[in-house]
Amino acid sequence: MRSRPSDYELIAPGKLASVLELIGREPGGWLPIAGGTEIMVQYGAGKLTAQKLVSIWNLPELRFIDRTPEELRIGAGCTYTDLRNDPVVNHEFPLLASGASWTGSLANQNRGTLGGNIRNASPAADSLPALLAYDAELLLVSTRGERKLPYLDFHTGYKQTRLMAHELIQAVCLKRKFSGYANFARKVGPRNAQAISKVCMAALAKISGRRIEDLRIAVGSMAPVPLRLQQTERVLIGCEWNRESARAARRALQSEVAPIDDIRSTSAYRIAVAGNLLEEFLNGLIPNEPAEHHGNS
Amino acid sequence: MSPRIVGVSVPRKEGISKVTGQAKYVDDLSFPDMLYGATVRSSIARGKITGVHLGGGIPWDEFTIVTAKDIPGKNVVSLITEDQPFLADGIVNHPEEPILVLAHPDRHLLPLAVAAVQIGYERLPSIHTIEESEEQGEIVWGSDNTFKTYVINKGDVDRIWKDAAWIVEGEYSTGAQEQLYIENNGVIAQYSETEGVTVWGSMQCPFYVHKALMTLTGFPEDKVRVVQTETGGAFGGKEEYPSMISGHAVLLARKSGRPVKIIYDRVEDMAATTKRHPSRTRHRTAVDRNGKLLGGEIDFAIDGGAYCTLSPVVLSRGAIHAGGPYHWPNIRVRAKAFATNTPPHGAFRGFGAPQSLFGLECHMDKIARTIGLSPDEFRRRNLLLQGQSTATEQVIQEPINLPHLLERALKLSDYHAKVQGFSVHNRSSHKKKGMGIAAFLHGSGFTGSGERYLNSLVGVEALVDGQVRVLASSTEFGQGTNTILCQIAAETLGIEYDDVRMAPIDTRQVPNSGPTVASRTAMIIGKLVQSAALGLQHTLIASGFLASGESREEFQAACKTYIERFGKLQSFSRFEPPANIFWDDEKYHGEAYPAFAWAVYVAEVTVDTNTYSVSVDDFVALQEVGKVLHPYLAAGQIEGGVAQAIGYALYEKVVWQDGRMVNSQMTNYIMPTSQDVPPIRVYFEEVPCPYGPYGAKGIGELPMDGPAPAIVNAVIQATGKSFHAIPLLPEDILLGFVNEPSETQAEVYR
Amino acid sequence: MSGDAPGASQRKVSFTVNGKLRRVLVYPMQRLIDVLRNELGLTGTKEGCGEGECGSCSVLLNGDLVNSCLIPILQVEGASVCTIEGVAKDGMHPVQQAFLQCGGAQCGICTPGMILASIRLLQLHPNPSMEQIREGLGGNLCRCTGYTRIFHAVQEAAKAGTAEELQQLLVVADDKP
Repeated sequence: MRSRPSDYELIAPGKLASVLELIGREPGGWLPIAGGTEIMVQYGAGKLTAQKLVSIWNLPELRFIDRTPEELRIGAGCTYTDLRNDPVVNHEFPLLASGASWTGSLANQNRGTLGGNIRNASPAADSLPALLAYDAELLLVSTRGERKLPYLDFHTGYKQTRLMAHELIQAVCLKRKFSGYANFARKVGPRNAQAISKVCMAALAKISGRRIEDLRIAVGSMAPVPLRLQQTERVLIGCEWNRESARAARRALQSEVAPIDDIRSTSAYRIAVAGNLLEEFLNGLIPNEPAEHHGNS
Repeated sequence: MSPRIVGVSVPRKEGISKVTGQAKYVDDLSFPDMLYGATVRSSIARGKITGVHLGGGIPWDEFTIVTAKDIPGKNVVSLITEDQPFLADGIVNHPEEPILVLAHPDRHLLPLAVAAVQIGYERLPSIHTIEESEEQGEIVWGSDNTFKTYVINKGDVDRIWKDAAWIVEGEYSTGAQEQLYIENNGVIAQYSETEGVTVWGSMQCPFYVHKALMTLTGFPEDKVRVVQTETGGAFGGKEEYPSMISGHAVLLARKSGRPVKIIYDRVEDMAATTKRHPSRTRHRTAVDRNGKLLGGEIDFAIDGGAYCTLSPVVLSRGAIHAGGPYHWPNIRVRAKAFATNTPPHGAFRGFGAPQSLFGLECHMDKIARTIGLSPDEFRRRNLLLQGQSTATEQVIQEPINLPHLLERALKLSDYHAKVQGFSVHNRSSHKKKGMGIAAFLHGSGFTGSGERYLNSLVGVEALVDGQVRVLASSTEFGQGTNTILCQIAAETLGIEYDDVRMAPIDTRQVPNSGPTVASRTAMIIGKLVQSAALGLQHTLIASGFLASGESREEFQAACKTYIERFGKLQSFSRFEPPANIFWDDEKYHGEAYPAFAWAVYVAEVTVDTNTYSVSVDDFVALQEVGKVLHPYLAAGQIEGGVAQAIGYALYEKVVWQDGRMVNSQMTNYIMPTSQDVPPIRVYFEEVPCPYGPYGAKGIGELPMDGPAPAIVNAVIQATGKSFHAIPLLPEDILLGFVNEPSETQAEVYR
Repeated sequence: MSGDAPGASQRKVSFTVNGKLRRVLVYPMQRLIDVLRNELGLTGTKEGCGEGECGSCSVLLNGDLVNSCLIPILQVEGASVCTIEGVAKDGMHPVQQAFLQCGGAQCGICTPGMILASIRLLQLHPNPSMEQIREGLGGNLCRCTGYTRIFHAVQEAAKAGTAEELQQLLVVADDKP
């Protein structure tokens, strides 16, 4: 433990309204802490810069899953375990259920929250590509009211977001419109359990014969932010899946990602694997014409 | 009469205290007025210290601060070569080298204080690889960057090359590996000028610490006391390093006059303490037209880090094992330990053997591919047979049947059918499957004359109630020392397992039975326990209180009578080298070990060519270890060793930057979880060994040696690509696919 | 970070540990593991990594498995905590028995956390598949055993433990705030 507890203030007002009032009064002065799976790691390592924290763990206003016929609304304070246990998440948003199941260990899934993961904005976060693929919207709240923001626009740079200092993420809204899609979720980490992704992918596709009607591909650990591969999607949507389109897709993918070499992996590896996974997904849906392998083309 | 207790899986001696959370590890202990200690370490790889500045914001007057100037005795961690200081004095030779130690009552203030100390340096050039050390562009240790060199010679290697049908060359390398015991290093020290020093700590070798503290403090033997606390894993990582941390705590306790506890956190433990030596093995091998080894040259090099520590001994074991379990009519092994500006590498389960055996067993597969034999057939033609000799010309006397071991392992793993099935499967799947074999051996006990020098002493003591204590400095750190030594004593004395316990591991209470390392506890110490127990029994019989072969009740009554009459009832036994064992330290020739354990392992893997990741799907571990004293503990040793070796092969990469480990967190140094281990199927063959108690041999290190080459051989079979280094990460496998390097540089002479 | 830092004052936090109400005077950001070990003397909970990676500090918090090194004590106010010291009631718990019998504990340092993870696993899956066991223990690292004997111990406990014994600690789990 490399921090001194007496240097850190933590309060737990117990109500969302009180928390909002506090961060409205002193924007940026208080760091919200939910399950602590990220903040407490920094704290233990002596790297937590914020010294005033406000607990939002287990606030009922943030820990709910509401469903209407059109929409699933997931409170930002829901844990990964909450997500994994929810039948609608499992049946209609399996990419999110998979992402939740990959995140840390069971103990960390009992504490880590969806909102915390979004706000922490790690490009390697396992559940965030799913939110991109499902066109999630974020509901942000403050004492000044609510606003909705497409999740696609939320991350603006490495650990940079559009969340304002006086706001909290209250919920993630998902339209229940993906029943006709095939889905693909893969995490590639250094081992099978509790590992930080080298590449993760969440993808949805609607296929008609050999033709790709619609396609949504999102990846983690491939750029400074969780990334939706919109150029790659555009190359493939409306096309037949064949060797030529596969090659074009790989080129597009390579042009729109920007992975790094770090202590966990290499850029070349991440690019090669992301391309392979995309082909694995589409080859699984439209077989018979296997695309080339291992192309770093 | 068959044994009653030996060979039975009795409950672990300290098992209840472990499963109930009552076992006390060093960080669970607390003393009145205790301070906490922390270490200020070098931030550069090599240089002169030009100044030390205590930065602002810290109440320095509340701190105890110790530098090299405060050392009462010698500033040297006494081990083999006296080159490593407890605290750097004017010069640093590796990152994380200790410079100052601090103590304060508030453990949470220490990290802030450590961060506030500014050290000024004048940098000197540093080197970080075997190759850089070898080039001698910069001399960082001694006159030639060399800690130790050995040459082993058998036959005349220079004459074989002209007769070779094939000459196969290869180079193999292994990375550093962190022991990653889950309990970090830690100690508590207490100091008094009159009473001397006492250290409680997590450690394997209390008498190593004892010796180091005598040198540090200048105290005589009886004023240094070392007590082992429950130790949460070690794997060699707590063989030599506890001397360092104990010294630091003692210096702080001496200066402050209060007990001092130092517990490393994970980052510090990983970055600053020892790891497995990185290695490079080069092979040049001559094979005749029948696929028999004519001979070979092996060049084995290890990176020892900045100070000598145990590198000569690690090198020795690596060199002796470099030829493996094969019959080499002619062989030359050259071995060298190099200095670099990296924290010293140290003891780790296997101790040099996993490194050289990785090279050998990968090379065996390469030879087989080159000459067109299957990996099993090439090995079958060359495995050592009884009566043949190893590279040091140690004649294998025991009735070991290695070809049989190989056949059984192939059968247990369904090897042939699987190889055939996979060759079909692999044509149409992106998941390529393969099988890999490794045949290997591991010597039990200290190398060569080592046991002679150790001169270990073990005692057995009976108490008035007939309970018995084993007196030995052999430590428990998970392997089962407490359990097997008590089993042996109980079996020998004809009493129950519950009647025997270990005396506390305290240098004031137990004799020096040597370090708990080198797969020596079961065989060497176990045998001494057995003979001490027999001695105790003979004392009772000779005194007329016990007729031979009496019951437990009569034994207990006899103890009572004896003790009431004469006081203490103890029996000691000292190591006697077996008469027919001879080792030449100069020529590195002769009986390297009293016995070897033998094994053939088979790994089954899948390589996903979309992610380039490897999963081990099945693992067969077949070994001959003499009599198995405790089936569950023995299997547990093999399973744990195999898992650790899977990590060595596929996951565990130490990422270095100028000699510093930069991934010193569990998040970024990847060890296997419960979801990464295959079914590990463990089988034993038991050929009783005359030198061990009830025929037992050493077992603890063996399972570390074979899995890595078996796995890499399986990956090569699955992919058809060439790999020769571990850890073999997905990124490396990707490169194998992209570069498609040519398989072999074999020169075919005829 | 000392000196002019804002800092905090100590305050009283109350929570239940192994069925007993405990009141401690602590800084709100003190970690649960430190409070258990240093304030309450419950040293059976071990620290292996301090970053929620190894699971040695696992405890049950309101019945859920958590890493106590990642929990600020203020968030435990009013909650109930079960540590290894609270597992054995009248004699050892079936999971402890099974670890002892099967050789599931070697060096013992991961054992308390591993046992709590196993108990939670068996509460959720009384007859767990090998896959469920592997996942349930995925956050608890063991360097000694290769996990094999731990898997056996969990399977044996599932066979041996009566439903009642295994659910014993659920009393705590149902007690959510």
